[in-house]
Amino acid sequence: MKKLISAAVALSLTGFVGMASARDYISVVGSSTVYPFATVVAEQFGKTTKFKTPKIESTGSGGGLKLFCAGVGVEHPDITNASRRIKKSEVERCAGNGINDIIEVKVGYDGIALANSKAAPRFSVTRKDIFLALAKEVPDPKDPASGKLVPNPYQTWKEVNKDLPDMAIEVLGPPPTSGTRDAFAELAMEGGCKKIDWIKAMKKKDKKMYKSVCHTVREDGKYIEAGENDNLIVQKLEANKGALGVFGYSFLDQNSDKVQGSLVDGVAPTFELIADGSYPVSRPLYFYVKKAHMGKIPGIEEYLAEFTSDKAWGDDGYLADKGLIPMPMEERKAFKSDVDSKTSLKL
Amino acid sequence: MNNNLQQQHDRTMVRVQQGLVRRYRQEKRFQRIGLGAIVLGLVFVSFLFISIIANGYTAFQQTYVKLDINFDPELIAPVGETDPEVLSKANYGGLVKKTMREMFPDVSSRREKKVLYGLVSTGASYQLRDMVMQDPALIGTRQSVWVPADDDVDMLIKGHIDLNVPESDRRIKNNQMVWIQSLQAEDRIEKRFNTTFFTAGDSREPELSGIKGAVHGSFFTLMICLLISFPVGVAAAVYLEEFAPKNRWTDIIEVNINNLAAVPSIVFGLLGLAVFINFFGLPRSVPLVGGLVLALMTLPTIIIASRAALKSVPPSIREAALGVGASPMQTITHHVLPLAMPGMLTGTIIGMAQALGETAPLLMIGMVAFIVDIPGGPFDPSAVLPVQIYLWADSPERAFVERTSAAIMVLLAFLISMNLLAVWLRKKFERRW
Repeated sequence: MKKLISAAVALSLTGFVGMASARDYISVVGSSTVYPFATVVAEQFGKTTKFKTPKIESTGSGGGLKLFCAGVGVEHPDITNASRRIKKSEVERCAGNGINDIIEVKVGYDGIALANSKAAPRFSVTRKDIFLALAKEVPDPKDPASGKLVPNPYQTWKEVNKDLPDMAIEVLGPPPTSGTRDAFAELAMEGGCKKIDWIKAMKKKDKKMYKSVCHTVREDGKYIEAGENDNLIVQKLEANKGALGVFGYSFLDQNSDKVQGSLVDGVAPTFELIADGSYPVSRPLYFYVKKAHMGKIPGIEEYLAEFTSDKAWGDDGYLADKGLIPMPMEERKAFKSDVDSKTSLKL
Repeated sequence: MNNNLQQQHDRTMVRVQQGLVRRYRQEKRFQRIGLGAIVLGLVFVSFLFISIIANGYTAFQQTYVKLDINFDPELIAPVGETDPEVLSKANYGGLVKKTMREMFPDVSSRREKKVLYGLVSTGASYQLRDMVMQDPALIGTRQSVWVPADDDVDMLIKGHIDLNVPESDRRIKNNQMVWIQSLQAEDRIEKRFNTTFFTAGDSREPELSGIKGAVHGSFFTLMICLLISFPVGVAAAVYLEEFAPKNRWTDIIEVNINNLAAVPSIVFGLLGLAVFINFFGLPRSVPLVGGLVLALMTLPTIIIASRAALKSVPPSIREAALGVGASPMQTITHHVLPLAMPGMLTGTIIGMAQALGETAPLLMIGMVAFIVDIPGGPFDPSAVLPVQIYLWADSPERAFVERTSAAIMVLLAFLISMNLLAVWLRKKFERRW
């Protein structure tokens, strides 16, 4: 009897294979930074149209592009979100799997805040301070122009820059798997690293070395990897007044009664200052659409229309309410017309 | 001679007496350490429960706002219109906005109006749409409707927003406070039982989000898991225990089953990704694949528990059955299996409870995803309860904090009732020899 049942189950299982032929909902993968925005659009789209609500997986930018570029067909995702631009190698990988036409859509900007508890004084740092405080190796403090790197000796912010408070360096931030960490390393740390002339000169000679100097975060416990959960970092900052945290602007926006964003190069991470580009640590967010799936999977065109409508990504759109920093009007127009004409990406 | 023995005995007694105090003390200490361990464990568990309940119980209530909606035929459709196509496309958002403007006629600037509209949830317009679709006769009438408030208002009413911080740092501004207070004065704001939490799928608006989608997903996933792992597990256990010869091969199989029970669950997720999705081409994110993966994970648990249950059936039962002329198969199906069944079911339920709480293997097969539509079967994409908790814990909106805890409470309720069922089954059907 039992064996009969298991035989029946095994049989029906083989029957299921091949059922993957049809899919009537959009499948989206990709960045966890774009996820909170894409999900809002998807929900609106599902509630206001006759189409099913798209399914959105949060796989990280790199993981999303890997799935996206795996091939054409219903078993592969239609759209991938990314918190950075697609790389040339990824475009080639896509092309190798028969995906030649990709539509690129820039969604808007995301600021990365360096914040601390409201109970502590507000920090005002430069990107160079951030680099010196958090890099694994820094120029020898005794003779900074010598071109010699030493393991980061700084223990307090005051040692980094005498204008900063005399507090131990303690920064909570995302782990290396996170796109936020990549962007933080690239925009804040490399931005500060470039200010040191001899390291900047290194870029031309030895790009690999330059990158490793500028992007490698210290591992002696001053930078604490707090996991991908930004809410957790906010909670820890509340409990630990002396620490700073690194997270996306939308979390700062939601918790502005508990934490305050530090000034970076004298600019505060506010909506207006990120939008006009004066806050230095902000990055563009994108999504990529597989053109071959348009017309095969119902609703892709309409989803794109919803995402690129003014009520979604406009200055007063619902995405701005969720913490996305909108693009300037001209940029929005350019991307909207690319979407309407289905113009493929060219790198 | 006799004296000598007596002396020896006395000496022994003295030594025993001397050591006795120490031995009693040791025993006391041993007992205290054990008791301390239990108390420590209880403290941790109660701390966990108290913090979850304290964080989460408010999520079972939701703030509602009463609006006097004039179902204006101009904004919806002419009186008498019943075509659902027309009714579903009408401008219900405009209806809500118009009502809000009428309630607060002083608000004039565009910016202020936008803030005013933000007091009620975006879900209000869908609620009105559903009302009209159900009863088109509402068009042209005036009704008092309770609609969900925005999550920020909800947080304020529940006391999660500190009004002492400067206005610029608050999600609720001073002008909103004035409006909310005037609504409160008119008894237009009320906390009610949050039915949405149990009847809706996931949403990015905390006030519209619910766990029904995740509960359905968990149900389908566990059903698939049970349908596969229980028959296969019991069949494997019966064969290994009753029929298989005892040789090196069965030893190797036994060792490997025990090893599999200790393999980290994420490994099963990777296996599922490689076999079910990449090789068999099953769709991502569906309960079918989730159930298959979890079945692989729970199989060793079920096999081990089932074998233990079979072993505990006394040989005399088998011998008696064989003695009166039953075939080996009859012996097993008529006598051994029914007696072992309670133990097997207990093992299965424990395995299922374990599967209910898993997220790691589901991460690999795409079940950690934002899914709004409530799944109707094992082929629809869906999330499961622990995944829903994980996704909410990662959301920036503050109102998701209490919903995360509330979802944990629901998951714990399921787990506890499954374990109680296992205990009850064991108590009711267990036989001792």
